[in-house]
Amino acid sequence: MNGTEHDVSRKNNNEGNMLGKVGYGILYLILGIIAFLQIYPLIWLVIFSLKSNQEVFNASPFALPIEPRWENYTTVWTQGNISLYFFNSVWITLVSVILTVLIASLATFAITRMVWKLNKLVLGLFMVGLMIPVHSTIIPLFNFFLNINLIDHPLALILTYTAFNLPLTIMILLGFYTTLPREIEEAAIIDGSSIHRIFVQIILPLTMPVMSTTFIINMIYNWNEFVFINTFISSDRFKTLTVGIQNFIGQYSTDWGAIGATLVISVLPILIAFVFLSNKIVEGIAAGAVKG
Amino acid sequence: MNKVMSNKFVIALYILPALLLILVLVYVPIVLTGYYGLMDWDGIGEMSFIGLENYTRLLSDPKFWGSALNSLLLAIFSGVSLIGYLAISLVLAAKIKGANLLRKIYLIPMLLSSVAIAQLWLKVYHPINGLLNSFLVNIGVDNPPSWLANPDLVLGAIFVPIIWQYAGFYILIYYAALKNIPDTVIEAAKIDGASPLQIAYRIKLPLILGVIKVTIVLSFVGSLKYFDLIWVMTGGGPNGASEVIASYMYKQAFNSYNFGYGSAIGFALLLLCLLATVFIQKLTKSDDDIQY
Repeated sequence: MNGTEHDVSRKNNNEGNMLGKVGYGILYLILGIIAFLQIYPLIWLVIFSLKSNQEVFNASPFALPIEPRWENYTTVWTQGNISLYFFNSVWITLVSVILTVLIASLATFAITRMVWKLNKLVLGLFMVGLMIPVHSTIIPLFNFFLNINLIDHPLALILTYTAFNLPLTIMILLGFYTTLPREIEEAAIIDGSSIHRIFVQIILPLTMPVMSTTFIINMIYNWNEFVFINTFISSDRFKTLTVGIQNFIGQYSTDWGAIGATLVISVLPILIAFVFLSNKIVEGIAAGAVKG
Repeated sequence: MNKVMSNKFVIALYILPALLLILVLVYVPIVLTGYYGLMDWDGIGEMSFIGLENYTRLLSDPKFWGSALNSLLLAIFSGVSLIGYLAISLVLAAKIKGANLLRKIYLIPMLLSSVAIAQLWLKVYHPINGLLNSFLVNIGVDNPPSWLANPDLVLGAIFVPIIWQYAGFYILIYYAALKNIPDTVIEAAKIDGASPLQIAYRIKLPLILGVIKVTIVLSFVGSLKYFDLIWVMTGGGPNGASEVIASYMYKQAFNSYNFGYGSAIGFALLLLCLLATVFIQKLTKSDDDIQY
Protein backbone atom coordinates (compact mmCIF):
# COMPACT_ATOMS: atom_id res chain seq x y z
CA MET A 1 0.00 0.00 0.00
CA ASN A 2 2.66 2.33 1.10
CA GLY A 3 4.81 1.27 -1.83
CA THR A 4 2.14 1.95 -4.48
CA GLU A 5 1.39 5.35 -3.08
CA HIS A 6 5.05 6.12 -3.27
CA ASP A 7 5.17 4.89 -6.86
CA VAL A 8 2.20 6.99 -7.87
CA SER A 9 3.62 10.10 -6.39
CA ARG A 10 6.98 9.46 -8.06
CA LYS A 11 5.25 8.89 -11.38
CA ASN A 12 3.37 12.15 -11.01
CA ASN A 13 6.60 13.83 -10.17
CA ASN A 14 8.25 12.45 -13.30
CA GLU A 15 5.38 13.59 -15.44
CA GLY A 16 5.59 16.96 -13.80
CA ASN A 17 9.27 17.15 -14.64
CA MET A 18 8.60 16.12 -18.22
CA LEU A 19 5.83 18.67 -18.53
CA GLY A 20 8.05 21.24 -16.89
CA LYS A 21 10.85 20.53 -19.32
CA VAL A 22 8.57 20.69 -22.35
CA GLY A 23 7.02 23.85 -20.95
CA TYR A 24 10.41 25.43 -20.46
CA GLY A 25 11.40 24.35 -23.95
CA ILE A 26 8.36 26.09 -25.42
CA LEU A 27 9.02 29.21 -23.36
CA TYR A 28 12.64 29.35 -24.52
CA LEU A 29 11.48 28.86 -28.10
CA ILE A 30 9.05 31.79 -27.82
CA LEU A 31 11.64 34.03 -26.15
CA GLY A 32 14.15 33.02 -28.80
CA ILE A 33 11.75 33.81 -31.65
CA ILE A 34 11.09 37.25 -30.18
CA ALA A 35 14.84 37.87 -29.91
CA PHE A 36 15.21 36.78 -33.54
CA LEU A 37 12.42 39.14 -34.67
CA GLN A 38 14.04 42.03 -32.79
CA ILE A 39 17.43 41.40 -34.38
CA TYR A 40 16.70 40.06 -37.85
CA PRO A 41 15.56 43.33 -39.54
CA LEU A 42 18.91 44.82 -38.53
CA ILE A 43 20.87 41.87 -39.88
CA TRP A 44 18.87 42.13 -43.08
CA LEU A 45 19.77 45.83 -43.21
CA VAL A 46 23.47 45.02 -43.06
CA ILE A 47 22.98 42.34 -45.74
CA PHE A 48 21.30 44.63 -48.25
CA SER A 49 23.74 47.43 -47.49
CA LEU A 50 26.40 45.18 -49.03
CA LYS A 51 24.47 44.30 -52.18
CA SER A 52 24.29 45.81 -55.63
CA ASN A 53 20.91 46.89 -56.94
CA GLN A 54 20.98 44.01 -59.38
CA GLU A 55 21.21 41.57 -56.50
CA VAL A 56 18.52 43.37 -54.52
CA PHE A 57 16.02 43.28 -57.35
CA ASN A 58 16.83 39.91 -58.95
CA ALA A 59 17.88 37.60 -56.13
CA SER A 60 16.10 36.52 -52.95
CA PRO A 61 16.17 39.20 -50.24
CA PHE A 62 17.15 36.51 -47.73
CA ALA A 63 20.32 35.57 -49.62
CA LEU A 64 23.71 36.75 -48.45
CA PRO A 65 25.51 39.11 -50.83
CA ILE A 66 27.48 37.13 -53.44
CA GLU A 67 30.41 39.42 -52.96
CA PRO A 68 30.04 42.07 -50.23
CA ARG A 69 30.21 45.50 -51.81
CA TRP A 70 32.01 47.51 -49.15
CA GLU A 71 32.32 50.27 -51.72
CA ASN A 72 28.68 51.10 -50.96
CA TYR A 73 30.00 52.51 -47.68
CA THR A 74 32.95 54.40 -49.13
CA THR A 75 30.70 55.80 -51.84
CA VAL A 76 28.08 57.28 -49.50
CA TRP A 77 30.76 58.46 -47.07
CA THR A 78 32.77 60.31 -49.72
CA GLN A 79 30.23 61.34 -52.34
CA GLY A 80 27.16 62.39 -50.40
CA ASN A 81 27.15 64.71 -47.41
CA ILE A 82 26.94 61.80 -45.00
CA SER A 83 30.35 62.44 -43.45
CA LEU A 84 29.37 66.08 -42.87
CA TYR A 85 26.03 65.05 -41.28
CA PHE A 86 27.89 62.52 -39.17
CA PHE A 87 30.29 65.09 -37.74
CA ASN A 88 27.43 67.53 -37.14
CA SER A 89 25.61 64.80 -35.21
CA VAL A 90 28.74 64.16 -33.17
CA TRP A 91 29.51 67.72 -32.15
CA ILE A 92 25.92 68.93 -31.68
CA THR A 93 25.18 65.85 -29.56
CA LEU A 94 28.35 66.25 -27.48
CA VAL A 95 27.93 69.97 -26.82
CA SER A 96 24.24 69.54 -25.90
CA VAL A 97 24.92 66.59 -23.62
CA ILE A 98 27.79 68.27 -21.75
CA LEU A 99 25.69 71.40 -21.31
CA THR A 100 22.66 69.39 -20.15
CA VAL A 101 24.51 67.29 -17.59
CA LEU A 102 26.38 70.31 -16.21
CA ILE A 103 23.33 72.58 -15.91
CA ALA A 104 21.24 69.74 -14.51
CA SER A 105 23.93 68.96 -11.92
CA LEU A 106 23.99 72.60 -10.81
CA ALA A 107 20.21 72.64 -10.51
CA THR A 108 20.01 69.30 -8.72
CA PHE A 109 22.67 70.45 -6.26
CA ALA A 110 20.69 73.61 -5.51
CA ILE A 111 17.42 71.69 -5.19
CA THR A 112 18.63 68.84 -3.00
CA ARG A 113 21.55 70.22 -1.01
CA MET A 114 20.82 73.89 -0.47
CA VAL A 115 18.24 75.39 1.85
CA TRP A 116 15.53 77.58 0.31
CA LYS A 117 11.79 77.82 0.33
CA LEU A 118 10.80 77.39 -3.31
CA ASN A 119 12.88 74.31 -4.05
CA LYS A 120 9.88 71.92 -4.08
CA LEU A 121 8.00 74.20 -6.46
CA VAL A 122 10.95 74.49 -8.84
CA LEU A 123 11.44 70.73 -8.76
CA GLY A 124 7.75 70.29 -9.61
CA LEU A 125 8.22 72.59 -12.58
CA PHE A 126 10.96 70.34 -13.95
CA MET A 127 8.97 67.15 -13.32
CA VAL A 128 5.85 68.44 -15.09
CA GLY A 129 8.13 69.35 -17.98
CA LEU A 130 8.54 65.62 -18.60
CA MET A 131 4.97 65.34 -19.79
CA ILE A 132 4.80 68.23 -22.23
CA PRO A 133 4.45 67.15 -25.87
CA VAL A 134 7.15 68.58 -28.12
CA HIS A 135 4.67 69.41 -30.85
CA SER A 136 2.76 71.78 -28.61
CA THR A 137 5.87 73.96 -28.34
CA ILE A 138 7.29 73.84 -31.81
CA ILE A 139 5.46 76.72 -33.52
CA PRO A 140 6.31 79.29 -30.78
CA LEU A 141 9.88 77.96 -30.64
CA PHE A 142 10.22 78.32 -34.40
CA ASN A 143 8.91 81.88 -34.18
CA PHE A 144 11.18 82.67 -31.23
CA PHE A 145 14.34 81.47 -32.96
CA LEU A 146 13.27 83.25 -36.14
CA ASN A 147 12.97 86.52 -34.23
CA ILE A 148 16.36 86.23 -32.55
CA ASN A 149 18.03 85.12 -35.81
CA LEU A 150 18.83 81.63 -34.67
CA ILE A 151 16.81 79.76 -37.28
CA ASP A 152 19.19 77.62 -39.31
CA HIS A 153 21.77 77.97 -36.54
CA PRO A 154 23.04 75.04 -34.46
CA LEU A 155 22.64 77.04 -31.26
CA ALA A 156 18.84 76.75 -31.62
CA LEU A 157 19.24 72.97 -31.51
CA ILE A 158 21.71 72.94 -28.64
CA LEU A 159 19.52 75.17 -26.48
CA THR A 160 16.36 73.22 -27.26
CA TYR A 161 17.97 69.82 -26.70
CA THR A 162 19.36 71.04 -23.40
CA ALA A 163 16.06 72.51 -22.19
CA PHE A 164 13.98 69.47 -23.15
CA ASN A 165 16.41 66.96 -21.63
CA LEU A 166 16.83 68.80 -18.33
CA PRO A 167 13.76 67.26 -16.62
CA LEU A 168 14.82 63.70 -17.38
CA THR A 169 18.43 64.37 -16.42
CA ILE A 170 17.47 66.06 -13.16
CA MET A 171 15.12 63.20 -12.35
CA ILE A 172 17.88 60.61 -12.74
CA LEU A 173 20.45 62.73 -10.86
CA LEU A 174 17.99 63.42 -8.05
CA GLY A 175 17.85 59.83 -6.84
CA PHE A 176 21.63 59.76 -6.43
CA TYR A 177 21.99 63.22 -4.85
CA THR A 178 19.48 62.48 -2.11
CA THR A 179 21.50 59.43 -1.01
CA LEU A 180 24.68 61.45 -0.38
CA PRO A 181 25.14 62.10 3.36
CA ARG A 182 24.97 65.69 4.60
CA GLU A 183 28.21 65.19 6.52
CA ILE A 184 30.10 65.61 3.27
CA GLU A 185 29.29 69.31 3.03
CA GLU A 186 29.42 69.85 6.78
CA ALA A 187 32.97 68.55 6.98
CA ALA A 188 34.03 70.59 3.95
CA ILE A 189 32.50 73.78 5.35
CA ILE A 190 34.26 73.30 8.67
CA ASP A 191 37.48 72.96 6.70
CA GLY A 192 36.67 76.33 5.16
CA SER A 193 35.77 75.23 1.62
CA SER A 194 33.64 77.56 -0.47
CA ILE A 195 30.39 76.21 -1.86
CA HIS A 196 31.76 76.23 -5.40
CA ARG A 197 34.72 74.12 -4.29
CA ILE A 198 32.35 71.70 -2.61
CA PHE A 199 30.38 71.35 -5.84
CA VAL A 200 33.31 71.09 -8.22
CA GLN A 201 35.81 69.12 -6.13
CA ILE A 202 33.57 66.92 -4.02
CA ILE A 203 30.03 66.55 -5.41
CA LEU A 204 30.83 66.30 -9.12
CA PRO A 205 33.44 63.53 -8.66
CA LEU A 206 31.11 61.69 -6.29
CA THR A 207 28.23 61.78 -8.77
CA MET A 208 30.40 60.60 -11.67
CA PRO A 209 28.58 57.21 -11.99
CA VAL A 210 25.12 58.75 -12.29
CA MET A 211 26.42 61.57 -14.49
CA SER A 212 27.78 58.98 -16.90
CA THR A 213 24.35 57.30 -16.96
CA THR A 214 22.62 60.58 -17.84
CA PHE A 215 25.39 61.32 -20.34
CA ILE A 216 24.81 58.16 -22.34
CA ILE A 217 21.00 58.44 -22.22
CA ASN A 218 21.11 62.05 -23.39
CA MET A 219 23.53 61.05 -26.09
CA ILE A 220 21.11 58.49 -27.48
CA TYR A 221 18.12 60.85 -27.40
CA ASN A 222 20.00 63.74 -29.03
CA TRP A 223 21.64 61.56 -31.65
CA ASN A 224 18.18 60.30 -32.69
CA GLU A 225 16.27 63.60 -32.46
CA PHE A 226 14.29 64.49 -35.57
CA VAL A 227 11.47 67.03 -35.14
CA PHE A 228 13.48 70.00 -33.89
CA ILE A 229 16.25 69.66 -36.43
CA ASN A 230 13.75 69.09 -39.22
CA THR A 231 12.04 72.36 -38.24
CA PHE A 232 14.92 74.63 -37.24
CA ILE A 233 17.70 73.74 -39.68
CA SER A 234 17.42 74.17 -43.44
CA SER A 235 20.97 74.36 -44.78
CA ASP A 236 23.03 71.25 -45.37
CA ARG A 237 26.07 72.40 -43.45
CA PHE A 238 24.25 72.13 -40.10
CA LYS A 239 22.12 69.07 -40.72
CA THR A 240 22.61 66.00 -38.57
CA LEU A 241 22.21 62.37 -39.61
CA THR A 242 18.50 61.93 -38.88
CA VAL A 243 17.48 64.70 -41.26
CA GLY A 244 20.49 64.18 -43.51
CA ILE A 245 19.65 60.58 -44.30
CA GLN A 246 16.09 61.66 -45.06
CA ASN A 247 17.38 64.03 -47.76
CA PHE A 248 19.96 61.59 -49.01
CA ILE A 249 17.43 58.79 -49.34
CA GLY A 250 15.04 61.16 -51.08
CA GLN A 251 17.68 61.66 -53.77
CA TYR A 252 18.84 58.05 -54.07
CA SER A 253 15.52 56.38 -53.41
CA THR A 254 16.19 53.41 -55.68
CA ASP A 255 19.75 52.61 -54.62
CA TRP A 256 19.17 50.09 -51.82
CA GLY A 257 22.85 49.47 -51.20
CA ALA A 258 23.55 53.16 -50.65
CA ILE A 259 20.47 53.57 -48.43
CA GLY A 260 21.43 50.54 -46.38
CA ALA A 261 25.00 51.74 -45.94
CA THR A 262 23.77 55.18 -44.85
CA LEU A 263 21.40 53.68 -42.30
CA VAL A 264 24.09 51.39 -40.90
CA ILE A 265 26.47 54.35 -40.55
CA SER A 266 23.77 56.32 -38.72
CA VAL A 267 22.98 53.60 -36.16
CA LEU A 268 26.49 52.18 -35.70
CA PRO A 269 27.75 54.61 -33.01
CA ILE A 270 24.76 53.86 -30.79
CA LEU A 271 25.08 50.11 -31.32
CA ILE A 272 28.80 50.21 -30.50
CA ALA A 273 28.06 52.23 -27.36
CA PHE A 274 25.45 49.62 -26.43
CA VAL A 275 27.89 46.74 -26.78
CA PHE A 276 30.28 48.35 -24.28
CA LEU A 277 27.85 50.20 -22.02
CA SER A 278 24.71 48.07 -22.09
CA ASN A 279 24.37 47.98 -18.29
CA LYS A 280 24.61 51.76 -18.03
CA ILE A 281 22.10 52.20 -20.84
CA VAL A 282 19.64 49.71 -19.35
CA GLU A 283 19.96 51.43 -15.98
CA GLY A 284 19.45 54.88 -17.49
CA ILE A 285 16.44 53.89 -19.56
CA ALA A 286 14.81 52.23 -16.56
CA ALA A 287 15.50 55.27 -14.37
CA GLY A 288 14.22 57.69 -16.99
CA ALA A 289 11.19 55.61 -17.90
CA VAL A 290 8.87 58.59 -17.79
CA LYS A 291 10.47 59.91 -20.97
CA GLY A 292 8.84 57.09 -22.99
CA MET B 1 26.55 75.27 7.64
CA ASN B 2 23.07 76.61 7.03
CA LYS B 3 24.42 80.08 6.37
CA VAL B 4 26.62 78.81 3.57
CA MET B 5 23.99 76.47 2.15
CA SER B 6 21.23 79.09 2.10
CA ASN B 7 23.19 81.85 0.39
CA LYS B 8 20.57 83.33 -1.94
CA PHE B 9 23.06 84.52 -4.50
CA VAL B 10 24.65 81.08 -4.86
CA ILE B 11 21.26 79.36 -5.08
CA ALA B 12 20.23 81.71 -7.88
CA LEU B 13 23.51 81.13 -9.67
CA TYR B 14 23.04 77.35 -9.59
CA ILE B 15 19.34 77.12 -10.38
CA LEU B 16 18.85 79.94 -12.88
CA PRO B 17 20.50 78.42 -15.97
CA ALA B 18 18.20 75.39 -15.80
CA LEU B 19 15.17 77.39 -14.74
CA LEU B 20 15.53 80.00 -17.47
CA LEU B 21 16.01 77.38 -20.17
CA ILE B 22 12.92 75.41 -19.20
CA LEU B 23 10.77 78.50 -18.68
CA VAL B 24 11.77 80.19 -21.95
CA LEU B 25 11.91 77.11 -24.17
CA VAL B 26 9.21 74.85 -22.68
CA TYR B 27 6.69 76.75 -20.55
CA VAL B 28 6.44 80.05 -22.42
CA PRO B 29 5.92 78.22 -25.76
CA ILE B 30 3.14 76.14 -24.20
CA VAL B 31 1.25 79.30 -23.25
CA LEU B 32 2.04 80.95 -26.59
CA THR B 33 0.67 77.95 -28.52
CA GLY B 34 -2.72 78.53 -26.92
CA TYR B 35 -2.42 82.25 -27.65
CA TYR B 36 -1.33 81.86 -31.29
CA GLY B 37 -4.34 79.59 -31.68
CA LEU B 38 -6.45 82.73 -31.39
CA MET B 39 -4.73 84.30 -34.37
CA ASP B 40 -4.99 84.26 -38.13
CA TRP B 41 -1.29 84.01 -38.99
CA ASP B 42 0.84 82.65 -41.83
CA GLY B 43 4.01 82.49 -39.74
CA ILE B 44 5.73 85.36 -41.50
CA GLY B 45 3.35 88.34 -41.72
CA GLU B 46 1.30 90.13 -39.07
CA MET B 47 -1.01 88.20 -36.78
CA SER B 48 -4.63 89.22 -36.59
CA PHE B 49 -6.83 88.29 -33.66
CA ILE B 50 -9.80 86.13 -34.66
CA GLY B 51 -10.97 84.92 -31.26
CA LEU B 52 -11.98 81.28 -31.02
CA GLU B 53 -12.42 80.81 -34.76
CA ASN B 54 -9.51 78.34 -35.08
CA TYR B 55 -10.82 76.32 -32.17
CA THR B 56 -14.38 76.14 -33.50
CA ARG B 57 -12.98 75.23 -36.92
CA LEU B 58 -11.03 72.45 -35.19
CA LEU B 59 -14.20 71.02 -33.67
CA SER B 60 -15.87 70.71 -37.07
CA ASP B 61 -12.80 69.68 -39.08
CA PRO B 62 -13.26 66.05 -40.21
CA LYS B 63 -9.53 65.79 -40.99
CA PHE B 64 -8.68 66.71 -37.42
CA TRP B 65 -11.12 64.15 -36.04
CA GLY B 66 -9.79 61.56 -38.47
CA SER B 67 -6.26 62.17 -37.21
CA ALA B 68 -7.45 62.17 -33.60
CA LEU B 69 -9.17 58.83 -34.19
CA ASN B 70 -5.95 57.36 -35.62
CA SER B 71 -3.96 58.66 -32.64
CA LEU B 72 -6.53 57.16 -30.31
CA LEU B 73 -6.39 53.81 -32.12
CA LEU B 74 -2.60 53.76 -31.80
CA ALA B 75 -2.93 54.60 -28.12
CA ILE B 76 -5.42 51.77 -27.56
CA PHE B 77 -3.27 49.27 -29.53
CA SER B 78 -0.27 50.31 -27.45
CA GLY B 79 -2.21 49.88 -24.23
CA VAL B 80 -3.38 46.40 -25.23
CA SER B 81 0.12 45.35 -26.31
CA LEU B 82 1.29 46.01 -22.74
CA ILE B 83 -0.41 42.72 -21.77
CA GLY B 84 1.93 40.85 -24.10
CA TYR B 85 5.01 42.66 -22.76
CA LEU B 86 3.89 41.87 -19.24
CA ALA B 87 3.50 38.17 -20.04
CA ILE B 88 6.97 38.05 -21.60
CA SER B 89 8.44 39.86 -18.59
CA LEU B 90 6.82 37.42 -16.16
CA VAL B 91 8.48 34.55 -18.02
CA LEU B 92 11.82 36.35 -18.26
CA ALA B 93 11.87 37.24 -14.58
CA ALA B 94 11.07 33.65 -13.51
CA LYS B 95 14.68 32.49 -13.23
CA ILE B 96 15.19 31.98 -16.95
CA LYS B 97 18.81 31.44 -17.93
CA GLY B 98 20.02 34.17 -20.26
CA ALA B 99 17.21 36.54 -19.25
CA ASN B 100 19.64 39.41 -18.92
CA LEU B 101 21.00 38.92 -22.43
CA LEU B 102 17.52 38.43 -23.88
CA ARG B 103 16.14 41.65 -22.43
CA LYS B 104 19.15 43.52 -23.81
CA ILE B 105 18.55 42.07 -27.26
CA TYR B 106 14.88 43.08 -27.04
CA LEU B 107 15.95 46.62 -26.21
CA ILE B 108 18.16 47.19 -29.27
CA PRO B 109 15.50 48.67 -31.62
CA MET B 110 14.59 51.22 -28.95
CA LEU B 111 18.08 52.72 -29.24
CA LEU B 112 17.76 53.51 -32.93
CA SER B 113 16.35 56.72 -34.34
CA SER B 114 12.75 56.60 -35.50
CA VAL B 115 13.97 57.87 -38.87
CA ALA B 116 16.32 54.92 -39.32
CA ILE B 117 13.61 52.52 -38.13
CA ALA B 118 11.12 54.06 -40.55
CA GLN B 119 13.54 53.81 -43.48
CA LEU B 120 14.35 50.20 -42.62
CA TRP B 121 10.67 49.24 -42.38
CA LEU B 122 9.92 51.01 -45.66
CA LYS B 123 12.25 48.40 -47.13
CA VAL B 124 10.67 45.58 -45.10
CA TYR B 125 7.27 46.58 -46.51
CA HIS B 126 8.51 47.18 -50.07
CA PRO B 127 5.75 45.62 -52.22
CA ILE B 128 8.08 43.56 -54.44
CA ASN B 129 11.57 43.26 -52.94
CA GLY B 130 10.65 43.75 -49.31
CA LEU B 131 11.32 41.22 -46.59
CA LEU B 132 7.67 40.67 -45.73
CA ASN B 133 6.21 40.19 -49.19
CA SER B 134 9.15 38.04 -50.32
CA PHE B 135 8.48 35.82 -47.33
CA LEU B 136 4.76 35.71 -48.10
CA VAL B 137 5.43 34.77 -51.73
CA ASN B 138 7.85 32.05 -50.57
CA ILE B 139 5.15 30.45 -48.43
CA GLY B 140 2.71 30.54 -51.31
CA VAL B 141 0.70 33.76 -50.92
CA ASP B 142 -0.31 35.17 -54.30
CA ASN B 143 -0.28 38.93 -54.71
CA PRO B 144 0.59 40.05 -51.20
CA PRO B 145 -0.74 43.56 -50.55
CA SER B 146 1.11 46.88 -50.77
CA TRP B 147 0.97 47.42 -47.04
CA LEU B 148 1.63 51.14 -46.88
CA ALA B 149 -0.38 52.09 -49.97
CA ASN B 150 -3.58 50.43 -48.79
CA PRO B 151 -5.71 52.74 -46.60
CA ASP B 152 -7.21 49.76 -44.77
CA LEU B 153 -3.86 48.23 -43.87
CA VAL B 154 -1.58 51.21 -43.37
CA LEU B 155 -2.31 51.93 -39.71
CA GLY B 156 -1.80 48.30 -38.72
CA ALA B 157 1.34 48.15 -40.84
CA ILE B 158 2.73 51.18 -39.03
CA PHE B 159 1.90 49.72 -35.65
CA VAL B 160 4.21 46.73 -36.20
CA PRO B 161 7.46 48.76 -36.21
CA ILE B 162 6.11 50.72 -33.23
CA ILE B 163 5.81 47.45 -31.30
CA TRP B 164 9.23 46.44 -32.59
CA GLN B 165 10.68 49.71 -31.31
CA TYR B 166 9.07 49.86 -27.87
CA ALA B 167 8.62 46.21 -26.78
CA GLY B 168 12.08 46.05 -25.23
CA PHE B 169 11.49 49.27 -23.33
CA TYR B 170 8.37 48.06 -21.55
CA ILE B 171 9.81 44.58 -20.97
CA LEU B 172 12.81 46.26 -19.37
CA ILE B 173 10.61 48.26 -17.00
CA TYR B 174 8.42 45.27 -16.03
CA TYR B 175 11.44 43.02 -15.64
CA ALA B 176 13.14 45.48 -13.29
CA ALA B 177 9.96 45.83 -11.24
CA LEU B 178 9.44 42.05 -11.01
CA LYS B 179 13.06 41.53 -9.97
CA ASN B 180 12.44 43.99 -7.13
CA ILE B 181 9.87 41.70 -5.52
CA PRO B 182 11.58 40.07 -2.53
CA ASP B 183 12.25 36.35 -2.98
CA THR B 184 10.84 35.66 0.50
CA VAL B 185 7.35 36.68 -0.64
CA ILE B 186 7.42 34.22 -3.53
CA GLU B 187 8.94 31.45 -1.39
CA ALA B 188 6.24 31.89 1.24
CA ALA B 189 3.55 31.56 -1.43
CA LYS B 190 5.18 28.42 -2.81
CA ILE B 191 5.24 26.85 0.66
CA ASP B 192 1.53 27.62 0.95
CA GLY B 193 1.05 25.62 -2.24
CA ALA B 194 0.38 28.41 -4.74
CA SER B 195 0.82 27.47 -8.41
CA PRO B 196 3.06 29.59 -10.67
CA LEU B 197 -0.03 31.11 -12.32
CA GLN B 198 -1.53 31.99 -8.93
CA ILE B 199 1.75 33.54 -7.86
CA ALA B 200 1.81 35.63 -11.03
CA TYR B 201 -1.81 36.79 -10.73
CA ARG B 202 -2.27 37.12 -7.00
CA ILE B 203 1.16 38.21 -5.86
CA LYS B 204 3.44 39.52 -8.61
CA LEU B 205 0.94 41.60 -10.58
CA PRO B 206 -0.59 43.35 -7.54
CA LEU B 207 2.91 44.11 -6.26
CA ILE B 208 3.94 45.87 -9.48
CA LEU B 209 0.59 47.57 -10.03
CA GLY B 210 2.13 51.01 -9.56
CA VAL B 211 4.62 50.35 -12.35
CA ILE B 212 1.87 49.01 -14.59
CA LYS B 213 -0.10 52.22 -14.12
CA VAL B 214 2.95 54.29 -15.05
CA THR B 215 3.39 52.28 -18.24
CA ILE B 216 -0.29 52.66 -19.17
CA VAL B 217 0.07 56.44 -18.96
CA LEU B 218 3.39 56.33 -20.82
CA SER B 219 2.14 54.20 -23.69
CA PHE B 220 -1.17 56.03 -24.03
CA VAL B 221 0.18 59.57 -23.88
CA GLY B 222 3.28 58.58 -25.86
CA SER B 223 1.04 57.27 -28.64
CA LEU B 224 -1.05 60.45 -28.71
CA LYS B 225 2.18 62.37 -29.46
CA TYR B 226 3.47 59.89 -32.02
CA PHE B 227 5.07 61.54 -35.06
CA ASP B 228 8.57 60.70 -36.37
CA LEU B 229 8.02 57.20 -37.68
CA ILE B 230 4.70 57.98 -39.36
CA TRP B 231 6.04 61.19 -40.86
CA VAL B 232 8.90 59.35 -42.54
CA MET B 233 7.02 56.18 -43.53
CA THR B 234 3.79 57.56 -44.96
CA GLY B 235 3.59 61.29 -44.25
CA GLY B 236 0.08 60.55 -42.99
CA GLY B 237 -1.04 58.99 -46.27
CA PRO B 238 -2.43 57.43 -48.30
CA ASN B 239 -5.13 60.07 -48.34
CA GLY B 240 -4.97 60.72 -44.60
CA ALA B 241 -5.38 57.05 -43.64
CA SER B 242 -2.41 57.19 -41.25
CA GLU B 243 -2.65 60.87 -40.29
CA VAL B 244 -2.17 61.49 -36.56
CA ILE B 245 -2.68 64.68 -34.57
CA ALA B 246 0.99 65.65 -34.55
CA SER B 247 1.46 65.08 -38.28
CA TYR B 248 -1.70 67.02 -39.09
CA MET B 249 -0.51 69.90 -36.92
CA TYR B 250 2.92 69.86 -38.55
CA LYS B 251 1.41 69.92 -42.04
CA GLN B 252 -0.95 72.77 -41.23
CA ALA B 253 1.90 74.87 -39.84
CA PHE B 254 4.98 74.08 -41.89
CA ASN B 255 3.50 72.89 -45.20
CA SER B 256 0.36 75.04 -45.47
CA TYR B 257 1.59 78.01 -43.39
CA ASN B 258 -1.54 78.03 -41.25
CA PHE B 259 0.43 78.82 -38.11
CA GLY B 260 -2.64 80.01 -36.21
CA TYR B 261 -4.62 76.86 -36.95
CA GLY B 262 -1.56 74.68 -36.39
CA SER B 263 -1.11 76.28 -32.96
CA ALA B 264 -4.72 75.52 -32.11
CA ILE B 265 -4.12 71.84 -33.00
CA GLY B 266 -0.91 71.86 -30.93
CA PHE B 267 -2.80 73.26 -27.97
CA ALA B 268 -5.54 70.66 -28.39
CA LEU B 269 -2.82 67.98 -28.38
CA LEU B 270 -1.45 69.34 -25.11
CA LEU B 271 -4.90 69.33 -23.52
CA LEU B 272 -5.56 65.79 -24.75
CA CYS B 273 -2.29 64.55 -23.26
CA LEU B 274 -2.98 66.20 -19.90
CA LEU B 275 -6.58 64.98 -19.87
CA ALA B 276 -5.53 61.44 -20.74
CA THR B 277 -2.94 61.46 -17.95
CA VAL B 278 -5.42 62.65 -15.34
CA PHE B 279 -8.15 60.36 -16.62
CA ILE B 280 -6.00 57.21 -16.60
CA GLN B 281 -4.69 58.02 -13.14
CA LYS B 282 -8.26 58.47 -11.85
CA LEU B 283 -9.40 55.31 -13.58
CA THR B 284 -6.64 53.14 -12.18
CA LYS B 285 -6.64 54.69 -8.75
CA SER B 286 -7.00 52.26 -5.89
CA ASP B 287 -6.79 52.55 -2.13
CA ASP B 288 -3.88 50.20 -1.67
CA ASP B 289 -1.50 51.97 -4.02
CA ILE B 290 1.97 50.54 -3.89
CA GLN B 291 4.64 53.15 -4.39
CA TYR B 292 7.11 52.62 -7.21
